[in-house]
Amino acid sequence: MASTMQASPLNVSPILGRFTLESLPLHEPIVVATFCGVALGGIALLSALTYFKLWGYLWKEWFTSVDHKKIGIMYMILGIVMLLRGFSDAIMMRAQQAMAFGNEGYLNAHHYDQVFTAHGVIMIFFVAMPFVTGLMNYVVPLQIGARDVSFPFLNNFSFWMTTAGAVIIMMSLFVGEFAQTGWLAMPPLSGIGYSPGVGVDYYIWSLQIAGVGTLLSGVNLIATIVKMRAPGMTMMKMPIFCWTALCTNILIVAAFPVLTAVLALLSLDRYVDTAFFTNTLGGNPMMYVNLIWIWGHPEVYILILPMFGVFSEVTSTFSGKRIFGYTSMVYATMVITLLAYLVWLHHFFTMGSGASVNSFFGITTMIISIPTGAKIFNWLFTMYRGRVRFELPMMWTIAFMITFTIGGMTGVLLAVPPADFVLHNSLFLVAHFHNVIIGGVVFGAFAGINYWWPKAFGFRLNDFWGKVSFWCWVVGFYLAFMPLYVLGLMGVTRRLRTFDDPSLQIWFIIAGIGALLIAAGIGAMLLQFAVSIRDREKLRDTTGDPWNGRTLEWATSSPPPDYNFAFTPVIHQGDAWADMKTRGYERPTTGFKDIHMPSNTGSGVILAGLCVAFGVGMIWYVWWLAAVSFVAILGVSIGHTFIYKRDYYIPKATVAAKEDARTAALAEAKA
Amino acid sequence: MSASTSDYDIDTFHLAEEPHHAEGSSTMLGFWLYLMSDCLIFAMLFATYGVLGTSYAGGPGPKQLFELPLVAVNTAMLLFSSITYGFAMLAMTNGKVRQTQLWLFVTALFGMAFISIELYEFANLIHEGATPQKSAFLSSFFTLVATHGLHVTFGLIWLFTLMVQIQVKGLIPANQRRLMCLSLFWHFLDVIWIGVFTFVYLLGMLR
Repeated sequence: MASTMQASPLNVSPILGRFTLESLPLHEPIVVATFCGVALGGIALLSALTYFKLWGYLWKEWFTSVDHKKIGIMYMILGIVMLLRGFSDAIMMRAQQAMAFGNEGYLNAHHYDQVFTAHGVIMIFFVAMPFVTGLMNYVVPLQIGARDVSFPFLNNFSFWMTTAGAVIIMMSLFVGEFAQTGWLAMPPLSGIGYSPGVGVDYYIWSLQIAGVGTLLSGVNLIATIVKMRAPGMTMMKMPIFCWTALCTNILIVAAFPVLTAVLALLSLDRYVDTAFFTNTLGGNPMMYVNLIWIWGHPEVYILILPMFGVFSEVTSTFSGKRIFGYTSMVYATMVITLLAYLVWLHHFFTMGSGASVNSFFGITTMIISIPTGAKIFNWLFTMYRGRVRFELPMMWTIAFMITFTIGGMTGVLLAVPPADFVLHNSLFLVAHFHNVIIGGVVFGAFAGINYWWPKAFGFRLNDFWGKVSFWCWVVGFYLAFMPLYVLGLMGVTRRLRTFDDPSLQIWFIIAGIGALLIAAGIGAMLLQFAVSIRDREKLRDTTGDPWNGRTLEWATSSPPPDYNFAFTPVIHQGDAWADMKTRGYERPTTGFKDIHMPSNTGSGVILAGLCVAFGVGMIWYVWWLAAVSFVAILGVSIGHTFIYKRDYYIPKATVAAKEDARTAALAEAKA
Repeated sequence: MSASTSDYDIDTFHLAEEPHHAEGSSTMLGFWLYLMSDCLIFAMLFATYGVLGTSYAGGPGPKQLFELPLVAVNTAMLLFSSITYGFAMLAMTNGKVRQTQLWLFVTALFGMAFISIELYEFANLIHEGATPQKSAFLSSFFTLVATHGLHVTFGLIWLFTLMVQIQVKGLIPANQRRLMCLSLFWHFLDVIWIGVFTFVYLLGMLR
């Protein structure tokens, strides 16, 4: 593939750009087999949708929906689908490293390098980010007692832009190639000289397009939290999850533009031959490294902060107590938000910026463990003398506390510059960040899914398969990553494809077994979803409050109606729903009013589709396609601004009918 | 966290009437947040120029390339356009459609003059062989200045779109809100340009 990719500009066809039949990886049996599988599955899915006449329903009720709840669910589905892709990459790497001792293994270098790059990019941008954004989208408006977000159309548009990025990255698997640079595409390796193919361009356009979505959803959620809180809910009465969501979105708005800018500069270097990150003409590759980590470090806090919020909600609910140290939790979150910007250089102490600079960044990094440690103690003290119920969300939370603490401690080790000079780019680092991202973000997403699923769908998840999944994941994680710490300390660097020293092999085999266990965990989770959907009548929750929750989302029905709350709630204390329950709140059953709601629009889907076309045009040098789709994007955007009527009223009769049904269901549940 | 700080009766758990959120009440905050993110893009480009601005790679530097009088005229164009946009906003507040349109049009003329002069300057530089590919200094110079220019161009497209919308719908609240957003955007570009003028052109001549 690499050889065919090195088309000189002369070989760019005016119609197909640099695409030729040889761009299709037909000589890679693994890719061809995957393609056949995906194509068959895709055709089956599409025919099923057509056969059951679901297209109209999907388009009207989901794709064009501006309902934050549906958009949240779509983000979660995107995350789960991409998790399967990202995990396939992971298990391919584990298999390669477990067998490639004194031989070539089964992946050639060209393929292997794409696999580890795609794994990182997909897991961060298209698994972790959709999970985070999905949970925030679903939960925040409910927790603050709002009917929707501030900019409902923008929310839909953001989701589809993220999906457009995912579509582009998936295309690279079957058409052309993906970057072989590692997940941050550092120049000069990612420059046109060393990466002349379409791989890095796939990387750039996929992230640029998804980045627009992320940034806009950040703006949206900040405005929502600042402007749309229910009356009486002062900032310090917000649930912790809303606080962490606010800080995360501030981080998004203040970090993603940096990524946009640095990728734009890299594009200029690749497309028009400028000299930003070149080794010649005064360019400076280390500037790219600095800029990308100025985005990259806040990014890891963008991922973990909302999960800290999830754990806070879960711990408090399942301990049956208010969160311990609410105020310190809020301040700890804010301190982490601020410090997130002051540590980026610890990713490259080895750059050689000198002892003083390295010490500064080493110390700021170590300081972050203080607010984080405070949080851990707050959770522990919340559990202390609580009546802890070990339901699935709580189990994930406890697994998080133990795992994340270990990951945090290896992080502090890496923050010591002299130690980092030894451990830089070793498997110790790989083990560390998987330790905090799986132990923190992934476990958090699963805690959140198990916790809020009954709210979103009106029935609980199956406990048995949930526990199977939990134990496979947790044990699998330790088996897969503890050996990597050992290997890292033995000096094994990351991203290696083959090894000579046979004494290392046993550790890679153990790690491979761990990965297989995680695969079983993922399988069990999918089974858990399937079994729960099958048994939904048995698992049905009619109360809307299956966990004896404390925050406002549990005050409404499960699933909540389009308008969330028939009447806008008034808040007197933190943990508003717990307060309402203890003071004998009676749910109103009469006096409903018309409710003002935003209306659906197809503009988001159309714009994101055009962005995919634009990206493909840019990636393959199909200039006419890029030009046409760019003009179309402008045209559709301008056209959209001519739609002035963007809202409608839900008539009070409809509201009354829905609420009466709930009254009846509640009475039945009591009887 | 006492309930006494609340304006609502302690036993009131919900509003009897729908709260009235003025349409688009979050728009200005949202747009301002977007502007701050855009500001960060410019911050990155300024930082890049700061690092690479003296990497001439044996090619020409600011003193050989920049024509301050031309840039001064250009700066004046943009500053005038901000003043005339201000007049348009005053006319809007007074509900005068024709006057608003007139000032918007004058703003657009100044904006187009700015873009034309910038393109003329770029054409001259490229003609002299000072292309963006020549050195890291020129790469970062062209990128910073052209990014600002692209923003002005998008501002112009937006401005003409709004003029059509005002013609069709009049100065309805939605259009007033859009004019306010564009106003923020336009003045923001002015501020960025003052940064460009100072740090790129003036300080470049002092080097």
